[in-house]
Amino acid sequence: MSFPNSTHPYIPNSDPETKKSMLDFLGVKTVDDLYSAIPSALRVEGTLQLPSAFKDEQSLAKHVISILKKNTPQSSRVSFLGAGTYNHYVPAVVDEVINRSEFLTAYAGDPYEDHGRFQALFEYESLMAELVNMDVVNVPTYDGMQAAATSLAMAQRITRRKKILVVTEINPDKFSKVSNYNQTRLEFVNIPTKDMQPDTNAIKNELNSEVAAIWLDTPNYFGTLCANIEQLAKMAHQNGSLLVVGVDPISLGVLQSPAECGADIINGDIQSLGIHSWFGGGHGGFIAVNDDPKFVMELPSRLFGLESTAVPGEYGFGDVAYERTSFALREEGKEWVGTAAALWGIAAAVFLSLMGPRGMVDIGETIIARTRYAMQKLGEISGLNVLNSPLQFREFVIDLTLSGKSALDVINQCRSRNIEPGVRISDSKILVCVTEMNSETDINNLHDALIEIIGGRK
Amino acid sequence: MTLPVAKKPTLRRFQQAKWDEPIIFELSKKGERGVLVSEIEPNILNSVSKELPAEVRREVPPALPELGQMRVLKHFLRLSQENLGADLNVDIGQGTCTMKYSPKINDQIIRREELYDLHPLQDPETAQGALQIIWEMQELLKEISGLDAVSLQTSSGSSAIWSNIATIRAYFADIGEGETRDEVITTIFSHPSNAAAAKTAGYKVITLHPGEKGYPTLEQYKSVISNRTAALLITNPEDTGIFNPEIKEIVDLFHSYGALASYDQANANGILGITRAKEAGFDLCHFNLHKTFSTPHACGGPGGGASCVTKKLEKYLPKPHVIKNQNKFLIEEDLPLSIGKVSPFYGVLPNIVRAYAWIMSLGGEGLREVAEGAVLNNNYLLKNILEIPGASAPYTNQHPRIEQVRYSWNELYEKTGITSEEIGLRVLDYGMHYWTSHHPFIVPQPFTLEPTESYSREELDEYINVLRSVATEARENPTMVKTAPHNQVVHQTEHADLDDPARWAITWRAYLRKYPEVKERMRNVK
Repeated sequence: MSFPNSTHPYIPNSDPETKKSMLDFLGVKTVDDLYSAIPSALRVEGTLQLPSAFKDEQSLAKHVISILKKNTPQSSRVSFLGAGTYNHYVPAVVDEVINRSEFLTAYAGDPYEDHGRFQALFEYESLMAELVNMDVVNVPTYDGMQAAATSLAMAQRITRRKKILVVTEINPDKFSKVSNYNQTRLEFVNIPTKDMQPDTNAIKNELNSEVAAIWLDTPNYFGTLCANIEQLAKMAHQNGSLLVVGVDPISLGVLQSPAECGADIINGDIQSLGIHSWFGGGHGGFIAVNDDPKFVMELPSRLFGLESTAVPGEYGFGDVAYERTSFALREEGKEWVGTAAALWGIAAAVFLSLMGPRGMVDIGETIIARTRYAMQKLGEISGLNVLNSPLQFREFVIDLTLSGKSALDVINQCRSRNIEPGVRISDSKILVCVTEMNSETDINNLHDALIEIIGGRK
Repeated sequence: MTLPVAKKPTLRRFQQAKWDEPIIFELSKKGERGVLVSEIEPNILNSVSKELPAEVRREVPPALPELGQMRVLKHFLRLSQENLGADLNVDIGQGTCTMKYSPKINDQIIRREELYDLHPLQDPETAQGALQIIWEMQELLKEISGLDAVSLQTSSGSSAIWSNIATIRAYFADIGEGETRDEVITTIFSHPSNAAAAKTAGYKVITLHPGEKGYPTLEQYKSVISNRTAALLITNPEDTGIFNPEIKEIVDLFHSYGALASYDQANANGILGITRAKEAGFDLCHFNLHKTFSTPHACGGPGGGASCVTKKLEKYLPKPHVIKNQNKFLIEEDLPLSIGKVSPFYGVLPNIVRAYAWIMSLGGEGLREVAEGAVLNNNYLLKNILEIPGASAPYTNQHPRIEQVRYSWNELYEKTGITSEEIGLRVLDYGMHYWTSHHPFIVPQPFTLEPTESYSREELDEYINVLRSVATEARENPTMVKTAPHNQVVHQTEHADLDDPARWAITWRAYLRKYPEVKERMRNVK
């Protein structure tokens, strides 16, 4: 008995005998005959020039893992990196659920045989809706950048106006995405903050009949929360404009939802809610609106809604207002919809179910307290200026101008001490991020390192 | 009954898991906790306040459910069982989705701290492994597409289509033709995201319909192309599985008008190593890592997109670029003509690593074996399906199909009144998917099967037997089909509430608000 070694474990019918029997069934001699539609001028000559294969699993794993081992995870350093991707704790149950084959390898089945995926994502929408206090949340889009870009495109469609007043600092990566995405339909007017808050007088001067929306992030790029959302909402609404607000949902156990202050569209990234950092590859975006068809019908994403079934007490699910989507209408739909970030949405649902109301308050308080402690400790250092406010959440800026040292230099010296002090945002400024993962000891270590690097106490 | 056990029937006696699980809010029990948070150290509490100022503070905690950890786990594991993942069924009924095997070793490889616990802005010296895999993957896809540069930043196929359209838009803006070229041309059987993303980018979309061969003729392209045309956006083979042999002539036509040609390669699985974007002269193409390159579909993402372009378009690709310089992997940000950020950072790293591992497990010969396996399986399926009375494969059959076929039950429908959708619901009773979303609906009573290389002949036979049996049932016992599913998680649903703003319920809180009797019921239970 012989076992052909040409049969690849992932390709059962590559077994020569099976292959031959199937070709015989089709009445052709070789598989090549099945490619008769492809003209010979379009055929690749020979075989693709790729590295030789690691056919057995053992060699493959050894090869890939040997490359991955060149990486140093955040856990083996002290890390204060944020600026878009955040180092939060991921409870074990979250990974247990999303790594299940049944969820991991499901895709686009109907609400009968994929009932569980529909229910999990309906629950995701519902849990997020409690955080933001709005009645409609989409099945996740790609990431928070896309959620912001789409929220503003929606504002244009709803108001038929084209100007966006940008009234807080926005992460430059997000702004790059949002502006390129909307370059044919929106104009952006940047209104710098005053004393770290939106400048209401300057905003008043810019509000006119062309303004589709006032757009802000809270916390903004520098970690500062916006204190006057209610006033901005009133100003926007009096002008016939919308208020579009970006948030990080991890803050909403302790931070009042902008919805309560009159925000029309709330958006953000869900990576903080139980999704690992993944080198920046673990993002999902949410968009929340009130249950008003004027807004709901402008959402491009899928919306899973409850249905009844033929059996009393049985929950069914389906796509709400499917005829809005590009699946149904191609280019006449709202932007487009497709594969995005559903599994991360399920991760966020598990995370929020585990945390509950008390957990979301606790994590918010832990982040606030540790952030403030870090601001206080770093504020003791001579030559270092903390851009401090009582409204910082998770991130804040340190200015090294007085130290005479560059941000790059300080970061490099910290790195040689196994500390990532934060993200360089200018020649002299570093954005420091403090989460529940950074203990008092970590913060003290950063403080001690910076004293060594840039000088003594004030 | 004593041993031996009787022979199994031909058709599987399937019963999907049915847990009848409540919505998670209904499980809430005041005071339970699922997980605790790292406590604030006493010294920190003595130094600073943990509360936000009153003007931004949330006074009432969010109304999330309160559950113990095991109950949360159980709830979501029960929901997980109420899905048919590709790991569990003969997943050939979701045509166009390329539901192939996602190797478990690749899932195992990525679940390492050296990958999931990396921050994108950490010292690149400490992330050389991640950057190396991104760079190596770019190199592999350069060879697989035949094009010159690759970006892996996007997280899905549609997002990669967008990235390619934004690249096209940037190219024409840069050469001073951004204002004059305002149209794109696509085909009705190309994925709708091509049309939709182009419209989102500001283009007017011209859509060509197929002739009798299943694709538009060269003459049809000639009749709509002009100096206003920016690009061709096309899938080939399209969702019919028919390869358009005139593709090079079409691309040449676009080039002769100064337009670009962009190739949606979501359907690449049957042509890996057989024909490429390069051979037909395309300027851009994209792949879906979650289709052709095996990363799991994850309930609808994250997937992974790869945008491949020729040298002249490289400078417009999303930034940063990952480059190699003397065995060091570097991040290049200084790219003034780039379209900027399409997605965060470097793309969906777990999927880039999975796809890299998948390609490395196959090599050049293996990829060809994949394509040939997919095409062999597809034509085996085609011949068998055409033997089922009532089933057909519209458009010419002068050549074998490539990796999938859009079939039609129109004959069966005309005889029995049973629709393709009804057949689909009955197929579910045997533990198989049958996709009912066949945008656009221009093939009557459509169904699309894509067997990939992953399923054995015996598994294909199982699917064929199910379809044959359901088609017979449609003639002999139509009520059984019309009332399906019978063995599924839930029974037929009532769709009327999904399109009425006064009645739809997109979240639990909206449901309680719109249906006060439910709120009342919940209050009584507590």
